[in-house]
Amino acid sequence: MSNASTNQETVHKVSFLNKDSLHIPILRILQADGTPHEGAVLPHIDEALAKRIYDTCVFTRVLDERMLGAQRQGRISFYMTCTGEEAAIVGSVAALDDKDVILAQYREHAALRYRGFTTEQFMNQMFSNEKDLGKGRQMPIHYGTAALHYQTISSPLGTQIPQATGVGYSLKMKGERNVAICYFGEGAASEGDFHAGLNMAAVLKAPVIFFCRNNGYAISTPTAEQFAGNGIASRGVGYGMHTIRVDGNDMLAVLAATQQARAYALEHNAPVLIEAMTYRLGAHSTSDDPSGYRSKDEEAKWREHDPVKRFKLWLINKGWLNVADDDALTERYREEVLAAVKVAEKVPAPRLDEIIEDVYDVPTDALKKQLESLKAHVAKYPQAYPKTSGRL
Amino acid sequence: MAEMNMLQAINSALRIAMEKDPSMLVFGEDVGHFGGVFRATSGLQDTFGKGRCFNTPLTEQGIAGFANGLASNGTTAVAEIQFADYIFPAFDQIVNESAKFRYRSGNEFDVGGLVYRTPYGGGINGGHYHSQSPEAYFTQTPGLKVVVPRNAYQAKGLLLAAIRDKNPVVFFEPKRLYRASVGEVPEGDYELPLGKAEVVREGKHITLVAWGAQMEIIEKAADMAEKEGISCEIIDLRTLAPWDVGTVAESVKKTGRLLVNHEAPLTGGFAGEIAATIQEECFLYLESPIARVCGLDTPYPLIHEKEYMPDALKTFEAIKASVNF
Repeated sequence: MSNASTNQETVHKVSFLNKDSLHIPILRILQADGTPHEGAVLPHIDEALAKRIYDTCVFTRVLDERMLGAQRQGRISFYMTCTGEEAAIVGSVAALDDKDVILAQYREHAALRYRGFTTEQFMNQMFSNEKDLGKGRQMPIHYGTAALHYQTISSPLGTQIPQATGVGYSLKMKGERNVAICYFGEGAASEGDFHAGLNMAAVLKAPVIFFCRNNGYAISTPTAEQFAGNGIASRGVGYGMHTIRVDGNDMLAVLAATQQARAYALEHNAPVLIEAMTYRLGAHSTSDDPSGYRSKDEEAKWREHDPVKRFKLWLINKGWLNVADDDALTERYREEVLAAVKVAEKVPAPRLDEIIEDVYDVPTDALKKQLESLKAHVAKYPQAYPKTSGRL
Repeated sequence: MAEMNMLQAINSALRIAMEKDPSMLVFGEDVGHFGGVFRATSGLQDTFGKGRCFNTPLTEQGIAGFANGLASNGTTAVAEIQFADYIFPAFDQIVNESAKFRYRSGNEFDVGGLVYRTPYGGGINGGHYHSQSPEAYFTQTPGLKVVVPRNAYQAKGLLLAAIRDKNPVVFFEPKRLYRASVGEVPEGDYELPLGKAEVVREGKHITLVAWGAQMEIIEKAADMAEKEGISCEIIDLRTLAPWDVGTVAESVKKTGRLLVNHEAPLTGGFAGEIAATIQEECFLYLESPIARVCGLDTPYPLIHEKEYMPDALKTFEAIKASVNF
């Protein structure tokens, strides 16, 4: 007997399936030298799109390099880079409409830059100053902006996954021709929210692109200690979802897969799972030291597969980039970021009154009472609370 | 006006809210065609279609995460968690996500259009996992509103207000009263205020505070006390977060005594919060220690349900002890 959810074929001898029963190839378009594989079907890309993608990559590299330095100098408390994963992030966001809703994990600031987040906005968030859209309430890199349809980052892993299903369903019910994209790592895919979110999206038919950055490590834990199955992609098939595995260091492969995923999601009101195979070239965060769990040789090997370099070679081959312009761009962004740091770190912290705002739509009586009592205390001991005592 | 039980009143509230707000969705386990295991969503799928009232897979964390996503994108979301005992897989999505959505984003995003409806409480021979009253886990989370109605009329008016409130609300429904609480309920649209307690009976000697299903227990205890010449003032807190300190404090300043009753275990229960605040507000007015008549600090026991419960008799004894202190 079998219910309607499975096929009806029967066999009469014991035969188990295993992780290799499902054959999942990796989509790769660009070769290491930046030329397309023979027979490769390229994504839709013109010079303007290619330049927007490349510009985002250069900015992100510079931002990561400079802010890592700023953290080491003690100017900001924390930082995370997306070095090594730029193709996965920028290649996917570039396949979307700018109104498609992004629910990111935390390492996707390149997508935010692609949408137009300014250097000043990045800095205001990282320095928790009064111009930060998030009012200085979260650790550095927890960006969010309604104007760019990029939901604010939440530290707990995987919570954005079932939320993306809700956003996708909401977009469908409103009749908007947009999708949600949900980024997460292969480690977060072990959370219960992953199962909940993907299963619900498939059952409830929500137009969502679930984009897994399989970068090899969840902090120190390698994939072999994270799951025993055939990557993350094999699970998508189990949920009855269109699924693809791509070379996450190949900008054109990611772009092609995401463009087609988006078209499918909109046409069928259905989710798609993309597993991008990539590598986190940097540490997990500034609080992490990878030398304790992986070798320099391994890192060097992956550095040879630098996703930005491969895309750059393709651009040069196409005649859309020359080396002199490229060097000038990097230099310009270095100066821009450095100047923005100097400005942002001098902007004061949000006023103390903001501490009770946005808990509810309007502060409760109890909150107002607590604020008054706190202000009186800070006024009494101003030296102990220098961030706010000067502007009570 | 029509005679309705609490389920019919809740169903009526959902129907009215869905008619007036075309974006509103109702979902959860078995809530679709079947109308929910208690039938609170009965007939909604027939009227509004499978797109707006539907079953979800069996995953409370998924239901809550999905609800957060809907509300973050401007869709009104009313999620049912089939029993409050099963809300814990959704705890992270409620406590770390719903409650902090607005604050953490600096008001760039919010999930104000979200209500979690969930039946709570004992008295139905439900044992550990169909009887709990987990409200205090949520009252300690800034960003959430926590509401508990005491009868059919209150349930409809408070639920309509909760759905339209601009903050996420956890709405605990006393399942023991689902069919037992029958009364006159307006057929049309009305709201009762969140964050406001109600003095349901005026009295002189002691203030009794409860919410939800325990309201009828303290009313019964007050009747017993009245025969002994003790006059009780009875307050239904209705909203636990944010709670109406003013109404309770004003009453205690008049009576000089306070008793709080809840079904949840004593330790860490919301009665402790009320007692601490009232002793601050009313210290010089108090004639006796603030009494708490609550569940035992045990899991909810099936066979000893009657003994576990903070019933009218236990409340009556505590009233006498307070007055004779």
